[in-house]
Amino acid sequence: MDIPSHLKYTAEHEWLEIEGNIVTIGITDFAQSSLGDVVFVELPEEGAEVSKGDHFAVVESVKAASEVYTPISGKVVEINTDLVDAPDMVNSNPFGDAWFVKIQMSDTEELEDALDASAYEAYVEGIQ
Amino acid sequence: MRYLPHTDESRKDMLRAIGAQHIDELYTHVPKETLMSEPLSSLPSHMGEMQVESHIKALAEKNTPTSKMPSFLGGGCYHHHIPASVDHLIQRGEFLTTYTPYQPEVSQGTLTYVYEFQNYIARLTGMDIANASMYDGATADTEAALMAKRLTKRNNVIIYPCVHPDYIDVLKSYSTHSNGTVELGTEPDENTACVIIQSPNYYGLVFDLKELREKCDAVGAKLVVAVNEIVSLGLLPAPEMADIVAGEAQSIGVPMSFGGPHLGFFACKKEYMRQMPGRLCGKTVDADGKEGFVLTLNTREQHIRRDKATSNICTNQGLCALAFTIHLGLLGETGFKTLAQLNHTQACKLADTLESIEGVTLKTETFFNEVTASFPISTELLSTELSKRSIIGGIPVGETKHSMVFCATELTSDEDISKLNNAIEHILKEQESNGGLSHAV
Amino acid sequence: MPFETDLLIHQSVKGRCGVDLPTPEVRNRTGQNLRESIGLPEVSEPQVMRHYTRLSHQNYSIDENFYPLGSCTMKHNPRLNEKLARLEGFAHLHPLQSEEHSQGALEVIYQLTDWLKKLSGMPGLTLDPAAGAHGELTGMMMVRKAHEAKGNPRKIVLVPDSAHGTNPATAATCKYTIVTIKTGDDGMVDMDAFNAAVKEHGEDIAAFMLTNPSTCGLFEPNVKVIADTLHDIGAYFYCDGANFNAIVGKVLPGDLGIDVMQINLHKTFSTPHGGGGPGSGPVMVSEALVPYLPIPYVEKKKDGTFALVKENETSIGRIKGFHGQFGMMIRALAYMMSHGADGLQKVAEDAVLNANYILHNLKDDFHVPYPGPCMHECLLTHKKQKEHGVTTMNIAKALLDAGYHPMTVYFPLVVDGAMLIEPTETESRETMDGFIAAMKTIAKRAQDGDATAFHAQPQTTFRKRLDETQAARKPVLVEDK
Repeated sequence: MDIPSHLKYTAEHEWLEIEGNIVTIGITDFAQSSLGDVVFVELPEEGAEVSKGDHFAVVESVKAASEVYTPISGKVVEINTDLVDAPDMVNSNPFGDAWFVKIQMSDTEELEDALDASAYEAYVEGIQ
Repeated sequence: MRYLPHTDESRKDMLRAIGAQHIDELYTHVPKETLMSEPLSSLPSHMGEMQVESHIKALAEKNTPTSKMPSFLGGGCYHHHIPASVDHLIQRGEFLTTYTPYQPEVSQGTLTYVYEFQNYIARLTGMDIANASMYDGATADTEAALMAKRLTKRNNVIIYPCVHPDYIDVLKSYSTHSNGTVELGTEPDENTACVIIQSPNYYGLVFDLKELREKCDAVGAKLVVAVNEIVSLGLLPAPEMADIVAGEAQSIGVPMSFGGPHLGFFACKKEYMRQMPGRLCGKTVDADGKEGFVLTLNTREQHIRRDKATSNICTNQGLCALAFTIHLGLLGETGFKTLAQLNHTQACKLADTLESIEGVTLKTETFFNEVTASFPISTELLSTELSKRSIIGGIPVGETKHSMVFCATELTSDEDISKLNNAIEHILKEQESNGGLSHAV
Repeated sequence: MPFETDLLIHQSVKGRCGVDLPTPEVRNRTGQNLRESIGLPEVSEPQVMRHYTRLSHQNYSIDENFYPLGSCTMKHNPRLNEKLARLEGFAHLHPLQSEEHSQGALEVIYQLTDWLKKLSGMPGLTLDPAAGAHGELTGMMMVRKAHEAKGNPRKIVLVPDSAHGTNPATAATCKYTIVTIKTGDDGMVDMDAFNAAVKEHGEDIAAFMLTNPSTCGLFEPNVKVIADTLHDIGAYFYCDGANFNAIVGKVLPGDLGIDVMQINLHKTFSTPHGGGGPGSGPVMVSEALVPYLPIPYVEKKKDGTFALVKENETSIGRIKGFHGQFGMMIRALAYMMSHGADGLQKVAEDAVLNANYILHNLKDDFHVPYPGPCMHECLLTHKKQKEHGVTTMNIAKALLDAGYHPMTVYFPLVVDGAMLIEPTETESRETMDGFIAAMKTIAKRAQDGDATAFHAQPQTTFRKRLDETQAARKPVLVEDK
């Protein structure tokens, strides 16, 4: 199970990469392997306002649909349109090419709840 | 009992094998006071095939079907000829007694015809894609309105009053528990999810969609076109200006059967694919690379999305869709167009006739196989008088109760039309001499 | 192995036609330019016959073999019913014909209504809904309307986690919020969870949608307590009657305190499944909901004739075009008359006996999540086989190679790797013994460490495993034109 150390994580299996007030969000290796072959990713519109706890995307396998939640509030400044044509990237490269959105944070304090890599690893081991 | 293989002896043996003395021991969780050990006395006991057949045949004989006398009824259900091979093929047990193709490896027969059905509906309607069929035209158009609401995130629906009245009623019933309004024939605005129009409409009139398309575009509303006589698409241009085309396909392969089962269809633009209701069949390959078909995009559906599904529908009208697919295959490009022309030509003759009768006015300038005419007597009287002369008249419409919609199909003979002509002339003369003609036309 | 056959579109040869129609005089009063190419195939009648006969051979059917698809009731479909539905007096009857011309059809509806009222012990009934899910929607629309009539539509519908997906989807369509009630360790409604939800949401609860017999194949023992609790807070008790086959003629749902229940003519009453329809989903209701039944419905007049009632101010309105799936009603009536009250009771008893026979014979080979006796279907899981790398999916595909249609798999969702087996009453002991033997062989193969071979199954079917991932990633729903 790959868990890059430079990222932050959530209990809903999203990863966060923080650069200034821009946060890039995707789903973890654990999430993609539990889902199986990803066949479709539904993304929000650019410019959409999201609040902490909202679901902003849906990731689908043949037999399941899972909502993806944002741990932070802010504005969607960029979406990864490559995922629409190549949803399989979520399986092959979850931490790289398969990022979902970039969100401009409105409240950096919300990041305090995010897990670091070791805490997330312990969390995943706990549920396995 | 002929449908049950167990004998009393084998029942006892099986009970013994599982360690029970009496069948009611298996109903141990049922509240005792509600468990019936004896059959209901209020219902008759079992009957043999001969008895059941004679009982139900007697009921059938109490009806006067449209095959017994000339009929001019249409209105969303049409009397067409069905080739003998259609009924033979749909009664093959492999089609009749199978279920939803959950196991595609042993369901390629069903999946292939569903895929063919989707292709035919898409081509007929001029849409990109179609689903595996819907309950009927009324529910198909209601689902179209619900999809338009999801797509636009708007709540209001406009439906034209010339759409089939059942379609309007079903839409209204489904809308009482949702946000938003259903309005009849008003102008779309920026809260309008969609406008639903039918062409040819309930009165038979063929409608030019161009102006309505522009109105919808101006406010970002979807245009839903209802079609309830699918044979019209063999003569009329495809309603490709629409966003969604939904309606009734009973005319091809499916008997009228007192209103059901019929065959709803649903077609739309490709970009709405993931918001569609109902089953979808898709092409893929098997482990050996051979072409095959599966049910696909299941994540839209209730068994996965549960309360977030696009619709609660979980079947289609399988066997009716098969009948349609076989019949349309037999007709093919040439036969289907010929059939459409035959219908239209007979309707033209019917229109000629109605126009020629003094006191009768044809209301539909452009039409396919249904025309509306107004009469100087009430349509109630007209229906009764036609019935006395062994003719099943058209559908009474309009608030003044003086208009009637007549339908002609390939089964309407020139003789039927001339019989109608004579009957109407005779009825009007009779009424005139009785002083019964009304001027409120 | 069945023959291959191309899509008819690809067999097309210009100039061929499968019908001979008269040549019409060309006229045009449509006000439109006439249609150009549509893209329909051009084939002869023998080609069509061969194409669809070949396709039929690619299907599995109840006529050919055992079809133990849980919760679907794949029983024998008598051909007498097909013959009767095709009688000229029914097949060529237009729905808008006068009452005088359609007395026989109205009487069919009336008689079927009478049978179902007696079999359910419930006073009101509609035959309008086109399928089970459509019946559910109709039922929940009545529930909503009844609450509205009392001034408050309420907000919440309780649904067990074991429910079929149509239940929450239906309640959501009626704009209710779903509160999920968990299933207890015994497979029944967890009464603590149910009571807690009732306490928390009280009079916000519009209804509880419970499938009984349940999707776990069990009869809910607390059904009357549940009904009383709901009635105390003014909520309605919705029963999903998908599994009515287990209790028809044995228990009257009306005696259990149920307010509204849909059943499926294509399950309990043998109308053919037809590859996924047409179905028919009558809804029975208690006295409290009678005013809200949809229109139209049939009434018997004082003079003994039958009338179609199309207007009723308190009704939820029309939910389908014309008068429901009439052709299915003829079939169901013929089936009920054939069985009679005595035969229908035997239907339920034999269905339950058969499911328990299978459960008894497989309980040592497969994990049984809930103790029996079961109703008309038995629930197993892959727990024992999964230890050897063999899952429910593998077992299903192995059954295909053994010549059987698999049971319902991965449903209900409350147990891991569910296998729901419904033999129905129309199967003989010999047939079930054959299936039991096949299942035992599969269990043994799994235990013997044959996992790799399982993963390559099925091998003997017309198509091997289909790539559903590709189908969903790059959907192809139609051919390029």
